[in-house]
Amino acid sequence: MKKIEAIIKPFKLDEAKEGLAKAGIQGLTVSEVKGFGRQKGHTELYRGAEYVVDFLPKLKLEVVVSDDQAEKVVLALQESCQTGKIGDGKIFVLPVEDAVRIRTGEHGDAAVDAG
Amino acid sequence: MFRKPLLSIGALGAASFLVPSVAMADDAAQALFTANNIWMMLAAALVFIMHLGFAMVESGLTRAKNTTNILFKNTFIICSGILTYFIVGFNLMYPGDFSLGAFFGFAGFGLSAGFAEGANTAGYADGGYTYWTDFLFQAMFAATAATIISGAVAERIKLGSFMIFSLLFVSFIYPIAGSWKWGGGFLDQAGFYDFAGSTLVHSVGGWGALIGALVLGPRLGKYAKDGSVLPIPGSSMPLTTVGVFLLWLGWFGFNGGSVLSADPQLTSFVLVTTCLAAAAGGIGAMTAYTFVSTKPDLSMALNGILAGLVGITAGADVINPASAILVGFIAGMLVVGSVLFFDKIKVDDPVGAVSVHLVCGIWGTLAVGLFSTNPEHSLLIQAYGILCYALFTVTCAAAIFLTLKATIGLRVSPEEELEGLDLSEHGMHASTCPDPRASWKRTARDSAPGWRPANWPRARAKPLTNHQSPRAASRPR
Repeated sequence: MKKIEAIIKPFKLDEAKEGLAKAGIQGLTVSEVKGFGRQKGHTELYRGAEYVVDFLPKLKLEVVVSDDQAEKVVLALQESCQTGKIGDGKIFVLPVEDAVRIRTGEHGDAAVDAG
Repeated sequence: MFRKPLLSIGALGAASFLVPSVAMADDAAQALFTANNIWMMLAAALVFIMHLGFAMVESGLTRAKNTTNILFKNTFIICSGILTYFIVGFNLMYPGDFSLGAFFGFAGFGLSAGFAEGANTAGYADGGYTYWTDFLFQAMFAATAATIISGAVAERIKLGSFMIFSLLFVSFIYPIAGSWKWGGGFLDQAGFYDFAGSTLVHSVGGWGALIGALVLGPRLGKYAKDGSVLPIPGSSMPLTTVGVFLLWLGWFGFNGGSVLSADPQLTSFVLVTTCLAAAAGGIGAMTAYTFVSTKPDLSMALNGILAGLVGITAGADVINPASAILVGFIAGMLVVGSVLFFDKIKVDDPVGAVSVHLVCGIWGTLAVGLFSTNPEHSLLIQAYGILCYALFTVTCAAAIFLTLKATIGLRVSPEEELEGLDLSEHGMHASTCPDPRASWKRTARDSAPGWRPANWPRARAKPLTNHQSPRAASRPR
């Protein structure tokens, strides 16, 4: 199993969700996060002076899927969240040791599979 | 009481001339008196609303961690301002007879001191208003001057020190200074003109604000080590906008009531000049800001509206509408330059109170000398008046602020300032859901069976009595 974590622009959430749904993904966790990448935040204006906002609001998506689905999910996220401008975000793929569906007690792929 | 000659005398005269019967003339005069008095009471209510406006502007332009503190200060000022105006202020400002040249007079403590036979009849102020209305309207004005200061010293002043300062300011400085013009003192005799208080209210408050900001020093984090300005954005632009629009609304009473009667021609004229200047002030600030940045700044545009209002206040009844637009527009331009200037010289004024009330108060007072339709008004006398008020207010405000600084201290500790005055001075937040994590925790616990706040009793100590309703008994603990 793999866990796919994506840091994306907040307004891309709907497109990301649709992209994942098309790729057959049925579960998703979203959290509001803040951070910066290579562009180091951005500047804002207030009463005639500029200041740098270091931590920009982003969304973090977390999906856990079976190994064979991982590539499809990464591709779906990359396509749906891309604007081509700085700040589009990053996708991380991590190995997952086990998963348990709390209701049934199923383990492993059975716990994360759509079926 | 002696603020200015009343134009309603003419209206009364005309009314009695037109009706043949003396009894009918009396009725007409009484009706006019009632109408005038209603407008003056409404004007007092409108000036009261300005305090809500100030509270919203100040909480909107400061950080969320200081909101309770700034609202508490505003609450204290309106309460203490009205009471001290009752105790000493009213009789200091309108002493009747001056005891020290034409600089200082005091008619006595409380409202009964100035009360005379017939004070609530048409004879009191030429049919304009009653003694009670007079007190109420003037009391609403008094607290305004101290509220102006609260914004400039926000986010770093000790609550206790501010309360002492504002008590002294509203009780003595504002009314004594006011008596020089509106109480019939030496500036009134010299021909100085200030219709509704560009100088008497706004620049008096503005000088206090400037001295307060100077003595306190800038907020932590306002300036980088190299001296460049690091903006500290306000917490809420919607609140700031609500506040400015409320102030604009209140200003109809502030200026409109300063006619001191409901004289149809003059009151409507004053509302027109006031409104035009406010609109022009907003546009003036928007225009001036295009020289600073390509992106418009809402807080500056809103400051511009206030600047226009402060600017027209001294001459709202003697400046014609076209000139009022010019006065407002220039005030709006001035406020932008002034905010940037004070930022540059390290006078940290979170809400722009010094720029709006002091700078534009001075401009408005001078504008009377430039644009007044009354040839008796002169630029020189206006400047003389401004200077007198500057000397007096700066001296008194500096004396109080420096004494407080040397004794009980004026500024909170850096730790308290960083944590926010809401927690350090009041131990409470302005808003109960400070961050998303805290709010989900609360909801989860709320719905969990058996959860209760830590300080609630575990079980009812006493058995239920008859008068407790079953609903109250079954309410979840």
